[in-house]
Amino acid sequence: MSDTRMVATRESYGQELVALANEGCDDIVVLDADLAASTKTATFRDAYPYRHFNCGIAEANMMGVAAGMSTMGFVPFVSSFAMFATGRAYEQIRNSIGYPHLNVKIAASHAGLSVGEDGATHQCCEDIALMRTIPGMVVLCPSDDQETRAAVRAAYAHDGPVYLRLSRLPSVAFYTAESCPFAIGKGDQLIPGNDIAIIATGLMVSEAVKAASLLKRKNINARVINMASIKPLDEDLVLRSAAECGRIITVEEHSIIGGLGAAVCEVLSARMPTPVRTIGVRDVFGHSGPAAEVLRDYGLCAENIVATAQELMRTYPIPNPVG
Amino acid sequence: MLKQEALQLRMTALRVRMGILEGTHAAKSGHPGGSLSAADVLTYLYFREMRIDPQFPQDPERDRFVLSKGHAAPALYAALAERGFFPVQDLATLRHSGSYLQGHPDMRSVPGVDMSTGSLGQGVSAACGMALAAQQMGMDINVYALLGDGEIEEGQCWEAFMFANHYKLDNLCLMVDVNGLQIDGPTAQIMNSEPLDRKLDAFGFNTIVCNGNSINELEQAFAMFENAHGSGKPTCLLLHTVKGRGVSFMENQLDWHGKGPGDEDYARAMDELRAEYENLSKEVQRSE
Repeated sequence: MSDTRMVATRESYGQELVALANEGCDDIVVLDADLAASTKTATFRDAYPYRHFNCGIAEANMMGVAAGMSTMGFVPFVSSFAMFATGRAYEQIRNSIGYPHLNVKIAASHAGLSVGEDGATHQCCEDIALMRTIPGMVVLCPSDDQETRAAVRAAYAHDGPVYLRLSRLPSVAFYTAESCPFAIGKGDQLIPGNDIAIIATGLMVSEAVKAASLLKRKNINARVINMASIKPLDEDLVLRSAAECGRIITVEEHSIIGGLGAAVCEVLSARMPTPVRTIGVRDVFGHSGPAAEVLRDYGLCAENIVATAQELMRTYPIPNPVG
Repeated sequence: MLKQEALQLRMTALRVRMGILEGTHAAKSGHPGGSLSAADVLTYLYFREMRIDPQFPQDPERDRFVLSKGHAAPALYAALAERGFFPVQDLATLRHSGSYLQGHPDMRSVPGVDMSTGSLGQGVSAACGMALAAQQMGMDINVYALLGDGEIEEGQCWEAFMFANHYKLDNLCLMVDVNGLQIDGPTAQIMNSEPLDRKLDAFGFNTIVCNGNSINELEQAFAMFENAHGSGKPTCLLLHTVKGRGVSFMENQLDWHGKGPGDEDYARAMDELRAEYENLSKEVQRSE
């Protein structure tokens, strides 16, 4: 937490693509569906115009084109808004990219409610669930600038399909280039604590950090875990946190159905039943409004995490299991 | 093309047809109708048109083929087996548990399959991606994709058509197997997509209409594709074909879109194909 610079993860994405290309990654190509300015692949387009292909407003075809290019040895990064990339083109991703396990990276911006003013049609809270169900798909949701850069590199180095979930809103910086431990399949403990573990992802990591300091004043020591790798999930870290804290809260800017919370519960229910509260979008659509207000309206804020933690402590005064 | 060579290709196409029946009979399922209509063009592609090497199926310099109408997998497998990519005997394992010959083409398991397909409308986009990649790398290779005339009701196909034209993919040869029938009935009744030639023209294609069951017409059509190289225009062959072609009781019969022949029908069909094969053999001998 050495840097207070606020950068949206979509910005970091565009810049890191250029950095990789500058280093000689000649096989990277970038595909966009008329949203290069918003997904920030315009940064790449301006630096490498001959390796950026606008596919027009046609996401289904774009996914297939990416699949075809990857069979020829290119590493396509495909961008759109999360809604249109994973929703509109879900079946193309499943059948043309996932089934043949092609080396395509789907980097979608404007995920979750924080799209704000555009409203429910653009607020995609189902993308993690959709991508997680595709066999062999890696699902990453980085929280800040440096972690996004590391995730872009990891996605490039990984042989196979990757979904990279990016946000429109600027996020707090937790890491420097040197301190960022990001790896596919690994989570990171940001704050130690043994009363309760808050496992958060993406934009919600900063809310979890805020909540932990508020809880500290109430004598509750909350552990905060940044889970940027949702699939594969860092199961060891989840199990260790369950064993040591005995109470878990998950926080995500996504539906509570099929996302991070569901992934955590799937692990715990089978291997270490533990009281869990999942904070997320509770089976409803979003609405228009400034992002911060919309997030608050749906309980995606530090205050709700604190209230949930207190409820969990009251309901389960004795942690179970005891580590 | 020499008469002799045309006759040989027609005999090969008959062997591909026998392979289709063998597979769908053994599987007790599959799609013989749209496989038989495509048997001639697949034969032409794999035995005359495409630069491929069965000994080196992953050769980066090979031409690419995408079966966008993936349900014609029995025809693709039969053509690949005839060409030597894998043993012809394996065709009888089609759709069986444990076989590498999946119901729809799987590029990870079948030698010679360049793209996994089966969900209609998707293969054509992958073919566009391959053609664009080849263009970017300055590779002198062709990319071919076979679509169904029912398949092009999928909006994604038209997205791909726009893309092919926009990026001037003149190394791309799309082929539409216009057999006039889809699962629920004649395409003209289910969802009329005609006039296809004018639509493809309007989408910027070098559009060629021909009899897709005629080796000689296919030869002329593919020559026109070769001539389009450098024009900046993608090519689309509208192949007028007969669904079920080559088996009298399957021709133009909707019923044979998606079911495997039972023992009796299989025997009848194979008898017809063998008789035709005999006729062609005699013709070859006479012309020698």
